[in-house]
Amino acid sequence: MARLTTNRTSSTPTSTPAHAPDPHPANGADRAAGHVARVRGHHRSFGDVHVLRSIDLDVAPGDFVALLGRSGCGKSTLLRSLAHLDPSPTDEVDVVGRSAVAFQEPRLLPWKSVVDNVALALLNAPERKDRVRLARERLEEVGLAEKMDAWPLQLSGGQAQRVSLARALVPDPSLLLLDEPFSALDALTRIEMHQLVIELWRRRQMAVLLVTHDVDEALGLADLVHVMDGGRMARTWQIDLPRSERSPSHPEIAGVREEILQTLGVEPTPPNPNRVPSTPSGAADSRGAA
Amino acid sequence: MGRMTSALAPPTTARPQPGAPAKSSRPRSRPRFTAWRRWLSPVAIVALWQLASSTGVLDERKLASPAQIAAAAGELIGDGTLGDAVLVSVQRVALGFVLGAVLGLLLALVAGLSRIGEDAVDPPMQMLRTLPHFGLIPLFIIWMGIDEAPKVALIALGVAFPLYLNTFAGIRGIDRKVMEAARSMHLTRLQRIRHVVLPGALPSTLVGLRQSLGIAWLSLIVAETIGSDAGLGYMINRARDFLLTDVIVVGLVTYSLLGLATDAVVRYLERRALSWRA
Repeated sequence: MARLTTNRTSSTPTSTPAHAPDPHPANGADRAAGHVARVRGHHRSFGDVHVLRSIDLDVAPGDFVALLGRSGCGKSTLLRSLAHLDPSPTDEVDVVGRSAVAFQEPRLLPWKSVVDNVALALLNAPERKDRVRLARERLEEVGLAEKMDAWPLQLSGGQAQRVSLARALVPDPSLLLLDEPFSALDALTRIEMHQLVIELWRRRQMAVLLVTHDVDEALGLADLVHVMDGGRMARTWQIDLPRSERSPSHPEIAGVREEILQTLGVEPTPPNPNRVPSTPSGAADSRGAA
Repeated sequence: MGRMTSALAPPTTARPQPGAPAKSSRPRSRPRFTAWRRWLSPVAIVALWQLASSTGVLDERKLASPAQIAAAAGELIGDGTLGDAVLVSVQRVALGFVLGAVLGLLLALVAGLSRIGEDAVDPPMQMLRTLPHFGLIPLFIIWMGIDEAPKVALIALGVAFPLYLNTFAGIRGIDRKVMEAARSMHLTRLQRIRHVVLPGALPSTLVGLRQSLGIAWLSLIVAETIGSDAGLGYMINRARDFLLTDVIVVGLVTYSLLGLATDAVVRYLERRALSWRA
Protein backbone atom coordinates (compact mmCIF):
# COMPACT_ATOMS: atom_id res chain seq x y z
CA MET A 1 0.00 0.00 0.00
CA ALA A 2 3.00 2.23 -0.19
CA ARG A 3 2.56 5.41 -2.07
CA LEU A 4 4.56 6.05 -5.15
CA THR A 5 7.30 7.92 -3.44
CA THR A 6 9.71 6.96 -6.18
CA ASN A 7 7.70 9.15 -8.45
CA ARG A 8 8.25 12.10 -6.25
CA THR A 9 11.13 14.49 -6.45
CA SER A 10 11.42 16.45 -3.32
CA SER A 11 12.33 19.99 -4.03
CA THR A 12 14.37 20.23 -0.87
CA PRO A 13 16.44 17.33 0.21
CA THR A 14 16.79 18.91 3.62
CA SER A 15 13.14 19.75 3.85
CA THR A 16 11.36 21.02 6.87
CA PRO A 17 9.13 18.47 8.60
CA ALA A 18 6.10 18.05 6.42
CA HIS A 19 3.19 20.35 7.17
CA ALA A 20 4.60 21.78 10.34
CA PRO A 21 2.28 24.78 10.12
CA ASP A 22 -0.64 22.70 8.95
CA PRO A 23 -1.78 20.69 11.93
CA HIS A 24 -3.84 18.36 9.89
CA PRO A 25 -5.25 15.44 11.83
CA ALA A 26 -5.13 13.17 8.84
CA ASN A 27 -1.54 13.89 8.09
CA GLY A 28 -0.09 11.72 10.78
CA ALA A 29 -0.17 7.97 10.86
CA ASP A 30 -3.20 7.73 8.56
CA ARG A 31 -1.24 9.30 5.84
CA ALA A 32 0.76 6.22 5.13
CA ALA A 33 -2.08 3.88 5.92
CA GLY A 34 -4.93 4.66 3.58
CA HIS A 35 -5.76 6.49 0.44
CA VAL A 36 -8.76 8.45 -0.67
CA ALA A 37 -7.91 8.00 -4.30
CA ARG A 38 -5.73 5.49 -6.04
CA VAL A 39 -5.24 5.43 -9.78
CA ARG A 40 -3.29 2.63 -11.39
CA GLY A 41 -2.46 2.36 -15.07
CA HIS A 42 -5.45 4.48 -15.97
CA HIS A 43 -5.91 4.91 -19.67
CA ARG A 44 -8.45 6.99 -21.52
CA SER A 45 -8.79 7.56 -25.20
CA PHE A 46 -11.33 9.19 -27.41
CA GLY A 47 -11.11 7.49 -30.78
CA ASP A 48 -7.47 7.51 -31.73
CA VAL A 49 -6.57 10.24 -29.29
CA HIS A 50 -4.99 8.97 -26.12
CA VAL A 51 -5.91 11.48 -23.48
CA LEU A 52 -4.57 9.60 -20.49
CA ARG A 53 -1.75 7.10 -20.77
CA SER A 54 -1.14 4.75 -17.91
CA ILE A 55 -1.69 7.23 -15.14
CA ASP A 56 -0.67 6.39 -11.59
CA LEU A 57 -1.77 8.68 -8.81
CA ASP A 58 -2.24 8.40 -5.08
CA VAL A 59 -4.05 10.84 -2.88
CA ALA A 60 -3.79 10.22 0.84
CA PRO A 61 -6.28 11.52 3.39
CA GLY A 62 -5.61 15.17 4.01
CA ASP A 63 -3.36 15.66 1.02
CA PHE A 64 -3.50 18.88 -0.92
CA VAL A 65 -2.53 17.88 -4.42
CA ALA A 66 -2.30 19.99 -7.54
CA LEU A 67 -2.53 18.61 -11.06
CA LEU A 68 -0.75 21.06 -13.26
CA GLY A 69 -0.48 21.12 -16.99
CA ARG A 70 -1.26 22.81 -20.24
CA SER A 71 -4.70 22.77 -21.77
CA GLY A 72 -5.36 19.35 -23.20
CA CYS A 73 -2.76 17.57 -21.10
CA GLY A 74 -5.47 15.35 -19.63
CA LYS A 75 -5.67 16.84 -16.17
CA SER A 76 -9.36 17.61 -16.33
CA THR A 77 -10.05 14.22 -17.84
CA LEU A 78 -8.29 12.64 -14.89
CA LEU A 79 -10.44 14.70 -12.55
CA ARG A 80 -13.56 13.52 -14.35
CA SER A 81 -12.41 9.94 -13.88
CA LEU A 82 -11.90 10.55 -10.19
CA ALA A 83 -15.34 12.13 -9.91
CA HIS A 84 -16.82 9.17 -11.80
CA LEU A 85 -18.34 11.59 -14.24
CA ASP A 86 -17.01 9.40 -17.01
CA PRO A 87 -17.10 5.65 -16.88
CA SER A 88 -13.81 4.53 -15.42
CA PRO A 89 -12.94 0.93 -14.55
CA THR A 90 -12.81 0.40 -10.81
CA ASP A 91 -9.54 -1.48 -10.95
CA GLU A 92 -7.93 1.59 -12.50
CA VAL A 93 -9.61 4.32 -10.48
CA ASP A 94 -10.49 3.74 -6.86
CA VAL A 95 -11.93 6.51 -4.74
CA VAL A 96 -12.60 5.75 -1.10
CA GLY A 97 -15.47 7.64 0.45
CA ARG A 98 -17.28 10.45 -1.19
CA SER A 99 -15.97 12.81 -3.80
CA ALA A 100 -17.31 16.25 -4.58
CA VAL A 101 -16.49 18.60 -7.42
CA ALA A 102 -16.32 22.36 -7.72
CA PHE A 103 -16.15 23.22 -11.40
CA GLN A 104 -14.70 26.14 -13.26
CA GLU A 105 -18.20 27.58 -13.54
CA PRO A 106 -20.37 27.51 -10.42
CA ARG A 107 -23.01 25.38 -12.17
CA LEU A 108 -25.76 26.29 -9.75
CA LEU A 109 -29.39 25.51 -10.46
CA PRO A 110 -30.86 28.94 -11.20
CA TRP A 111 -34.34 27.87 -10.11
CA LYS A 112 -33.29 26.98 -6.60
CA SER A 113 -32.39 29.44 -3.89
CA VAL A 114 -28.78 29.52 -2.75
CA VAL A 115 -29.47 27.46 0.34
CA ASP A 116 -31.50 24.93 -1.63
CA ASN A 117 -28.69 24.61 -4.13
CA VAL A 118 -26.35 23.65 -1.34
CA ALA A 119 -28.91 21.39 0.32
CA LEU A 120 -29.37 19.57 -2.97
CA ALA A 121 -26.02 17.86 -2.50
CA LEU A 122 -27.45 16.29 0.67
CA LEU A 123 -30.51 14.89 -1.00
CA ASN A 124 -29.80 11.45 0.34
CA ALA A 125 -29.67 12.69 3.92
CA PRO A 126 -32.83 11.83 5.81
CA GLU A 127 -34.58 15.04 6.75
CA ARG A 128 -35.08 18.20 4.81
CA LYS A 129 -34.72 20.18 8.01
CA ASP A 130 -31.26 18.74 8.59
CA ARG A 131 -30.30 19.35 5.00
CA VAL A 132 -31.19 23.01 5.23
CA ARG A 133 -29.43 23.37 8.57
CA LEU A 134 -26.23 21.84 7.24
CA ALA A 135 -26.46 23.90 4.07
CA ARG A 136 -26.79 27.06 6.15
CA GLU A 137 -23.76 26.10 8.20
CA ARG A 138 -21.64 25.56 5.09
CA LEU A 139 -22.81 28.85 3.62
CA GLU A 140 -21.83 30.62 6.79
CA GLU A 141 -18.49 28.89 6.57
CA VAL A 142 -17.84 30.32 3.12
CA GLY A 143 -19.05 33.73 4.27
CA LEU A 144 -22.37 33.88 2.45
CA ALA A 145 -24.79 33.80 5.36
CA GLU A 146 -26.62 36.85 4.07
CA LYS A 147 -27.24 35.35 0.63
CA MET A 148 -29.00 32.18 1.75
CA ASP A 149 -32.34 33.04 0.18
CA ALA A 150 -31.06 34.82 -2.89
CA TRP A 151 -31.40 33.38 -6.37
CA PRO A 152 -28.14 32.31 -8.01
CA LEU A 153 -28.63 34.83 -10.80
CA GLN A 154 -28.42 37.59 -8.21
CA LEU A 155 -24.91 36.59 -7.14
CA SER A 156 -21.57 37.89 -8.32
CA GLY A 157 -19.14 35.45 -9.90
CA GLY A 158 -17.15 35.12 -6.71
CA GLN A 159 -20.24 34.62 -4.58
CA ALA A 160 -21.57 31.98 -6.94
CA GLN A 161 -18.25 30.18 -6.79
CA ARG A 162 -18.43 30.25 -2.99
CA VAL A 163 -21.87 28.68 -3.14
CA SER A 164 -20.45 26.04 -5.44
CA LEU A 165 -17.72 25.41 -2.89
CA ALA A 166 -20.25 25.18 -0.06
CA ARG A 167 -22.26 22.73 -2.12
CA ALA A 168 -19.19 20.59 -2.64
CA LEU A 169 -18.35 20.68 1.06
CA VAL A 170 -21.76 20.00 2.53
CA PRO A 171 -21.72 16.21 2.15
CA ASP A 172 -18.35 16.10 3.95
CA PRO A 173 -16.39 14.69 1.06
CA SER A 174 -13.20 12.77 1.68
CA LEU A 175 -11.91 14.07 -1.63
CA LEU A 176 -12.64 17.55 -2.89
CA LEU A 177 -11.96 17.90 -6.59
CA LEU A 178 -11.42 21.43 -7.83
CA ASP A 179 -11.50 21.84 -11.60
CA GLU A 180 -9.88 25.23 -12.16
CA PRO A 181 -12.48 26.84 -9.94
CA PHE A 182 -10.63 30.12 -9.66
CA SER A 183 -9.65 30.73 -13.23
CA ALA A 184 -12.76 32.70 -14.16
CA LEU A 185 -12.56 34.98 -11.13
CA ASP A 186 -10.98 38.40 -10.93
CA ALA A 187 -7.59 38.53 -9.29
CA LEU A 188 -8.67 39.85 -5.91
CA THR A 189 -11.54 37.41 -5.59
CA ARG A 190 -9.16 34.66 -6.58
CA ILE A 191 -6.81 35.50 -3.73
CA GLU A 192 -9.74 35.44 -1.31
CA MET A 193 -10.84 32.09 -2.68
CA HIS A 194 -7.33 30.69 -2.29
CA GLN A 195 -7.35 31.68 1.36
CA LEU A 196 -10.81 30.26 1.82
CA VAL A 197 -9.91 26.93 0.29
CA ILE A 198 -6.84 26.61 2.49
CA GLU A 199 -8.91 27.49 5.56
CA LEU A 200 -11.59 24.96 4.70
CA TRP A 201 -9.01 22.30 3.96
CA ARG A 202 -7.27 22.87 7.28
CA ARG A 203 -10.52 22.68 9.18
CA ARG A 204 -11.62 19.41 7.63
CA GLN A 205 -10.29 15.95 7.17
CA MET A 206 -10.42 15.93 3.46
CA ALA A 207 -8.00 15.65 0.62
CA VAL A 208 -8.07 18.29 -2.07
CA LEU A 209 -7.11 17.73 -5.66
CA LEU A 210 -6.78 20.97 -7.56
CA VAL A 211 -6.61 20.97 -11.34
CA THR A 212 -4.99 24.13 -12.60
CA HIS A 213 -2.83 25.53 -15.34
CA ASP A 214 -1.49 28.22 -13.03
CA VAL A 215 1.98 27.34 -11.75
CA ASP A 216 1.89 29.94 -9.00
CA GLU A 217 -1.50 28.83 -7.81
CA ALA A 218 -0.30 25.24 -7.59
CA LEU A 219 2.87 26.25 -5.78
CA GLY A 220 1.00 28.49 -3.38
CA LEU A 221 -1.69 26.02 -2.41
CA ALA A 222 -0.58 22.44 -2.82
CA ASP A 223 1.83 20.22 -0.93
CA LEU A 224 2.22 17.98 -3.92
CA VAL A 225 2.37 19.28 -7.44
CA HIS A 226 1.94 16.71 -10.17
CA VAL A 227 2.80 18.00 -13.59
CA MET A 228 1.03 16.31 -16.48
CA ASP A 229 2.09 16.43 -20.06
CA GLY A 230 0.62 14.67 -23.06
CA GLY A 231 -1.61 12.46 -20.97
CA ARG A 232 1.19 11.28 -18.71
CA MET A 233 2.35 12.15 -15.26
CA ALA A 234 5.54 13.98 -16.06
CA ARG A 235 6.94 14.74 -12.67
CA THR A 236 5.98 15.47 -9.09
CA TRP A 237 7.23 18.03 -6.65
CA GLN A 238 6.66 18.06 -2.95
CA ILE A 239 6.47 21.52 -1.45
CA ASP A 240 7.35 21.40 2.21
CA LEU A 241 7.65 25.10 2.73
CA PRO A 242 4.96 26.59 4.98
CA ARG A 243 2.37 28.35 2.88
CA SER A 244 3.10 31.65 4.55
CA GLU A 245 6.62 31.55 3.14
CA ARG A 246 5.72 30.57 -0.39
CA SER A 247 6.45 33.85 -2.01
CA PRO A 248 7.44 33.59 -5.67
CA SER A 249 10.71 35.24 -4.74
CA HIS A 250 11.57 32.56 -2.23
CA PRO A 251 14.54 30.74 -3.74
CA GLU A 252 13.02 27.31 -3.26
CA ILE A 253 9.70 28.29 -4.84
CA ALA A 254 11.49 30.09 -7.63
CA GLY A 255 13.62 27.01 -8.22
CA VAL A 256 10.65 24.64 -8.40
CA ARG A 257 8.82 27.10 -10.57
CA GLU A 258 11.66 27.09 -13.05
CA GLU A 259 11.84 23.30 -13.04
CA ILE A 260 8.10 23.03 -13.62
CA LEU A 261 8.21 25.49 -16.49
CA GLN A 262 11.07 23.54 -18.02
CA THR A 263 9.09 20.34 -17.68
CA LEU A 264 6.19 22.02 -19.43
CA GLY A 265 8.52 23.21 -22.16
CA VAL A 266 8.21 26.87 -21.32
CA GLU A 267 11.35 28.96 -21.63
CA PRO A 268 12.38 29.65 -18.07
CA THR A 269 12.04 33.33 -17.43
CA PRO A 270 12.02 35.26 -14.22
CA PRO A 271 8.74 34.43 -12.51
CA ASN A 272 6.95 37.64 -13.36
CA PRO A 273 8.45 41.05 -13.83
CA ASN A 274 5.64 42.59 -11.86
CA ARG A 275 6.06 40.56 -8.79
CA VAL A 276 9.62 39.45 -8.29
CA PRO A 277 11.80 42.17 -6.97
CA SER A 278 9.86 44.60 -4.89
CA THR A 279 7.30 42.60 -2.96
CA PRO A 280 8.94 40.48 -0.31
CA SER A 281 5.68 39.74 1.45
CA GLY A 282 3.05 40.98 -0.93
CA ALA A 283 -0.21 39.55 -2.04
CA ALA A 284 1.36 36.30 -3.08
CA ASP A 285 1.96 35.36 0.51
CA SER A 286 -1.46 36.19 1.73
CA ARG A 287 -2.94 33.03 0.29
CA GLY A 288 -0.79 30.91 2.54
CA ALA A 289 -0.64 33.18 5.49
CA ALA A 290 -4.02 32.43 6.96
CA MET B 1 1.70 39.97 -7.72
CA GLY B 2 1.20 40.36 -11.41
CA ARG B 3 -2.33 39.15 -11.70
CA MET B 4 -3.32 41.53 -9.01
CA THR B 5 -1.73 44.62 -10.40
CA SER B 6 -3.03 44.03 -13.86
CA ALA B 7 -6.53 43.61 -12.55
CA LEU B 8 -6.23 46.64 -10.36
CA ALA B 9 -5.15 48.81 -13.22
CA PRO B 10 -8.41 49.40 -15.08
CA PRO B 11 -11.08 50.22 -12.52
CA THR B 12 -12.11 53.25 -14.49
CA THR B 13 -14.45 51.67 -17.00
CA ALA B 14 -17.57 51.27 -14.91
CA ARG B 15 -17.46 54.52 -13.02
CA PRO B 16 -20.92 55.88 -12.32
CA GLN B 17 -21.70 59.10 -14.12
CA PRO B 18 -22.65 61.71 -11.55
CA GLY B 19 -24.41 63.90 -14.11
CA ALA B 20 -26.66 61.14 -15.43
CA PRO B 21 -29.40 60.43 -12.91
CA ALA B 22 -32.00 57.69 -12.95
CA LYS B 23 -33.16 58.42 -16.45
CA SER B 24 -32.48 54.88 -17.61
CA SER B 25 -34.33 53.31 -14.71
CA ARG B 26 -37.74 54.13 -16.16
CA PRO B 27 -40.39 51.91 -14.60
CA ARG B 28 -41.51 49.09 -16.84
CA SER B 29 -45.22 49.50 -16.18
CA ARG B 30 -46.72 52.77 -17.20
CA PRO B 31 -47.61 55.24 -14.52
CA ARG B 32 -51.25 55.14 -13.58
CA PHE B 33 -52.16 58.48 -15.08
CA THR B 34 -51.18 57.48 -18.61
CA ALA B 35 -52.65 53.97 -18.45
CA TRP B 36 -56.20 55.24 -19.02
CA ARG B 37 -55.06 56.83 -22.29
CA ARG B 38 -54.76 53.39 -23.77
CA TRP B 39 -58.53 53.04 -23.36
CA LEU B 40 -59.28 56.16 -25.35
CA SER B 41 -59.16 54.72 -28.84
CA PRO B 42 -61.16 51.54 -28.13
CA VAL B 43 -63.86 53.60 -26.46
CA ALA B 44 -63.83 56.00 -29.40
CA ILE B 45 -64.25 53.12 -31.85
CA VAL B 46 -67.23 51.78 -29.94
CA ALA B 47 -68.71 55.27 -29.82
CA LEU B 48 -68.27 55.68 -33.57
CA TRP B 49 -69.80 52.26 -34.10
CA GLN B 50 -72.80 53.25 -32.01
CA LEU B 51 -73.08 56.50 -33.93
CA ALA B 52 -72.98 54.68 -37.24
CA SER B 53 -75.68 52.28 -36.10
CA SER B 54 -77.91 55.00 -34.68
CA THR B 55 -77.72 57.10 -37.81
CA GLY B 56 -78.43 54.08 -40.00
CA VAL B 57 -75.06 54.15 -41.75
CA LEU B 58 -74.41 50.65 -40.40
CA ASP B 59 -77.21 48.25 -41.34
CA GLU B 60 -78.33 46.54 -38.17
CA ARG B 61 -78.95 43.29 -40.06
CA LYS B 62 -75.23 43.25 -40.84
CA LEU B 63 -74.00 44.21 -37.40
CA ALA B 64 -75.96 45.11 -34.32
CA SER B 65 -75.16 48.30 -32.44
CA PRO B 66 -73.15 48.19 -29.22
CA ALA B 67 -76.27 49.10 -27.27
CA GLN B 68 -78.20 46.22 -28.80
CA ILE B 69 -75.32 43.87 -28.09
CA ALA B 70 -75.15 45.00 -24.49
CA ALA B 71 -78.88 44.50 -24.16
CA ALA B 72 -78.64 41.04 -25.72
CA ALA B 73 -75.78 40.18 -23.37
CA GLY B 74 -77.87 41.24 -20.40
CA GLU B 75 -80.75 39.14 -21.63
CA LEU B 76 -78.59 36.07 -22.33
CA ILE B 77 -76.97 36.35 -18.94
CA GLY B 78 -80.28 37.00 -17.25
CA ASP B 79 -82.11 33.96 -18.59
CA GLY B 80 -79.06 31.74 -18.06
CA THR B 81 -78.53 30.99 -21.74
CA LEU B 82 -75.02 32.37 -21.80
CA GLY B 83 -74.04 30.74 -18.52
CA ASP B 84 -75.20 27.31 -19.70
CA ALA B 85 -73.43 27.73 -23.02
CA VAL B 86 -70.20 28.80 -21.36
CA LEU B 87 -70.37 25.89 -18.96
CA VAL B 88 -70.73 23.38 -21.80
CA SER B 89 -67.94 24.98 -23.79
CA VAL B 90 -65.58 25.28 -20.85
CA GLN B 91 -66.16 21.62 -20.05
CA ARG B 92 -65.21 20.67 -23.59
CA VAL B 93 -62.07 22.77 -23.44
CA ALA B 94 -61.14 21.52 -19.99
CA LEU B 95 -61.55 17.88 -20.93
CA GLY B 96 -59.74 18.28 -24.24
CA PHE B 97 -57.02 20.32 -22.60
CA VAL B 98 -56.36 17.83 -19.83
CA LEU B 99 -56.26 14.91 -22.25
CA GLY B 100 -54.01 16.74 -24.67
CA ALA B 101 -51.75 18.09 -21.96
CA VAL B 102 -51.27 14.68 -20.38
CA LEU B 103 -50.54 13.18 -23.79
CA GLY B 104 -48.17 15.94 -24.84
CA LEU B 105 -46.28 16.02 -21.56
CA LEU B 106 -45.99 12.25 -21.32
CA LEU B 107 -44.63 11.99 -24.84
CA ALA B 108 -42.23 14.85 -24.16
CA LEU B 109 -40.92 13.08 -21.08
CA VAL B 110 -40.52 9.80 -22.92
CA ALA B 111 -38.67 11.52 -25.76
CA GLY B 112 -36.72 13.87 -23.54
CA LEU B 113 -35.50 11.43 -20.96
CA SER B 114 -34.20 8.61 -23.13
CA ARG B 115 -32.56 8.29 -26.50
CA ILE B 116 -34.71 5.29 -27.36
CA GLY B 117 -37.78 7.27 -26.42
CA GLU B 118 -36.63 10.14 -28.60
CA ASP B 119 -36.04 7.86 -31.58
CA ALA B 120 -39.45 6.28 -31.11
CA VAL B 121 -41.55 9.34 -30.34
CA ASP B 122 -39.96 12.37 -31.89
CA PRO B 123 -39.98 11.48 -35.62
CA PRO B 124 -43.72 10.77 -35.79
CA MET B 125 -44.47 13.82 -33.65
CA GLN B 126 -42.36 16.05 -35.87
CA MET B 127 -44.17 14.68 -38.94
CA LEU B 128 -47.63 14.99 -37.45
CA ARG B 129 -47.11 18.48 -36.15
CA THR B 130 -46.96 19.82 -39.71
CA LEU B 131 -50.46 18.48 -40.27
CA PRO B 132 -53.11 21.16 -39.70
CA HIS B 133 -55.21 19.41 -37.12
CA PHE B 134 -58.43 21.00 -38.32
CA GLY B 135 -57.92 18.99 -41.48
CA LEU B 136 -58.63 15.89 -39.45
CA ILE B 137 -62.23 16.91 -38.78
CA PRO B 138 -63.71 14.77 -41.56
CA LEU B 139 -61.84 11.72 -40.30
CA PHE B 140 -62.85 12.44 -36.73
CA ILE B 141 -66.48 12.67 -37.76
CA ILE B 142 -66.25 9.35 -39.57
CA TRP B 143 -64.54 7.74 -36.58
CA MET B 144 -66.43 9.33 -33.73
CA GLY B 145 -69.65 10.74 -35.11
CA ILE B 146 -70.69 14.26 -34.24
CA ASP B 147 -71.08 14.01 -30.49
CA GLU B 148 -68.66 15.28 -27.88
CA ALA B 149 -65.87 12.88 -28.83
CA PRO B 150 -64.62 14.54 -32.02
CA LYS B 151 -64.78 17.99 -30.37
CA VAL B 152 -62.77 16.90 -27.37
CA ALA B 153 -60.34 14.97 -29.59
CA LEU B 154 -59.77 18.00 -31.80
CA ILE B 155 -59.02 20.19 -28.79
CA ALA B 156 -56.77 17.54 -27.24
CA LEU B 157 -54.81 17.17 -30.45
CA GLY B 158 -54.35 20.91 -30.72
CA VAL B 159 -53.14 21.10 -27.14
CA ALA B 160 -50.77 18.14 -27.26
CA PHE B 161 -48.37 19.43 -29.91
CA PRO B 162 -47.26 22.79 -28.49
CA LEU B 163 -46.82 21.21 -25.09
CA TYR B 164 -44.87 18.31 -26.54
CA LEU B 165 -42.61 20.42 -28.72
CA ASN B 166 -41.81 23.03 -26.08
CA THR B 167 -41.33 20.62 -23.21
CA PHE B 168 -39.15 18.32 -25.29
CA ALA B 169 -37.04 21.26 -26.42
CA GLY B 170 -36.90 22.46 -22.81
CA ILE B 171 -35.60 19.13 -21.57
CA ARG B 172 -33.05 18.91 -24.36
CA GLY B 173 -31.98 22.49 -23.78
CA ILE B 174 -30.97 21.97 -20.16
CA ASP B 175 -27.38 22.96 -19.56
CA ARG B 176 -25.32 19.79 -19.76
CA LYS B 177 -22.87 21.25 -17.30
CA VAL B 178 -25.58 21.63 -14.70
CA MET B 179 -26.66 18.05 -15.33
CA GLU B 180 -23.07 16.99 -14.84
CA ALA B 181 -22.87 18.93 -11.57
CA ALA B 182 -25.93 17.01 -10.40
CA ARG B 183 -24.19 13.77 -11.26
CA SER B 184 -21.09 14.88 -9.39
CA MET B 185 -23.34 15.30 -6.34
CA HIS B 186 -24.21 11.61 -6.63
CA LEU B 187 -27.88 12.31 -7.24
CA THR B 188 -29.87 9.39 -8.56
CA ARG B 189 -31.47 9.57 -11.97
CA LEU B 190 -34.88 10.13 -10.45
CA GLN B 191 -33.53 12.93 -8.27
CA ARG B 192 -31.88 14.52 -11.26
CA ILE B 193 -35.13 14.38 -13.20
CA ARG B 194 -37.07 15.90 -10.34
CA HIS B 195 -34.66 18.63 -9.34
CA VAL B 196 -32.88 19.46 -12.57
CA VAL B 197 -34.73 18.22 -15.64
CA LEU B 198 -38.30 19.12 -14.79
CA PRO B 199 -37.67 22.58 -13.32
CA GLY B 200 -35.18 23.25 -16.08
CA ALA B 201 -37.77 22.49 -18.72
CA LEU B 202 -40.50 24.45 -16.95
CA PRO B 203 -39.94 27.81 -18.69
CA SER B 204 -40.35 26.17 -22.09
CA THR B 205 -43.32 24.15 -20.87
CA LEU B 206 -45.07 27.32 -19.76
CA VAL B 207 -44.49 28.85 -23.17
CA GLY B 208 -46.04 25.72 -24.63
CA LEU B 209 -48.90 26.00 -22.17
CA ARG B 210 -49.80 29.47 -23.36
CA GLN B 211 -49.65 28.41 -26.98
CA SER B 212 -51.71 25.32 -26.33
CA LEU B 213 -54.41 27.21 -24.44
CA GLY B 214 -54.74 29.59 -27.35
CA ILE B 215 -55.09 26.65 -29.71
CA ALA B 216 -57.55 24.99 -27.32
CA TRP B 217 -59.98 27.90 -27.59
CA LEU B 218 -59.48 28.11 -31.34
CA SER B 219 -60.12 24.38 -31.63
CA LEU B 220 -63.24 24.75 -29.51
CA ILE B 221 -64.68 27.36 -31.86
CA VAL B 222 -64.01 25.18 -34.88
CA ALA B 223 -65.14 22.02 -33.11
CA GLU B 224 -68.42 23.59 -32.04
CA THR B 225 -69.35 24.10 -35.65
CA ILE B 226 -69.60 20.31 -35.89
CA GLY B 227 -73.26 19.70 -35.17
CA SER B 228 -73.57 21.08 -31.66
CA ASP B 229 -76.70 21.13 -29.60
CA ALA B 230 -75.22 23.05 -26.70
CA GLY B 231 -72.40 25.45 -25.97
CA LEU B 232 -71.25 28.79 -27.22
CA GLY B 233 -70.82 27.56 -30.77
CA TYR B 234 -74.38 26.27 -30.77
CA MET B 235 -75.61 29.61 -29.49
CA ILE B 236 -73.74 31.43 -32.25
CA ASN B 237 -74.90 29.06 -34.99
CA ARG B 238 -78.51 29.35 -33.94
CA ALA B 239 -78.20 33.12 -33.86
CA ARG B 240 -76.84 32.98 -37.40
CA ASP B 241 -79.98 31.14 -38.51
CA PHE B 242 -82.09 33.95 -37.09
CA LEU B 243 -79.70 36.74 -38.19
CA LEU B 244 -79.20 37.78 -34.58
CA THR B 245 -75.88 39.55 -35.01
CA ASP B 246 -76.01 40.86 -31.45
CA VAL B 247 -76.04 37.32 -30.05
CA ILE B 248 -73.20 36.34 -32.40
CA VAL B 249 -71.08 39.21 -31.13
CA VAL B 250 -71.90 38.34 -27.53
CA GLY B 251 -70.66 34.82 -28.22
CA LEU B 252 -67.47 36.09 -29.84
CA VAL B 253 -66.74 38.46 -26.98
CA THR B 254 -67.30 35.61 -24.55
CA TYR B 255 -64.79 33.46 -26.44
CA SER B 256 -62.15 36.17 -26.22
CA LEU B 257 -62.83 36.88 -22.56
CA LEU B 258 -62.40 33.21 -21.78
CA GLY B 259 -59.15 33.17 -23.73
CA LEU B 260 -57.93 36.24 -21.89
CA ALA B 261 -58.81 34.66 -18.56
CA THR B 262 -56.82 31.48 -19.18
CA ASP B 263 -53.91 33.51 -20.52
CA ALA B 264 -53.92 35.56 -17.34
CA VAL B 265 -53.82 32.37 -15.31
CA VAL B 266 -50.75 31.16 -17.20
CA ARG B 267 -49.06 34.52 -16.86
CA TYR B 268 -49.69 34.38 -13.14
CA LEU B 269 -48.21 30.88 -13.03
CA GLU B 270 -45.18 32.10 -14.94
CA ARG B 271 -44.60 34.92 -12.49
CA ARG B 272 -44.89 32.55 -9.59
CA ALA B 273 -42.83 29.70 -10.99
CA LEU B 274 -40.15 31.69 -12.75
CA SER B 275 -39.42 34.34 -10.16
CA TRP B 276 -35.82 33.07 -10.10
CA ARG B 277 -35.23 34.68 -13.47
CA ALA B 278 -34.69 37.91 -11.57
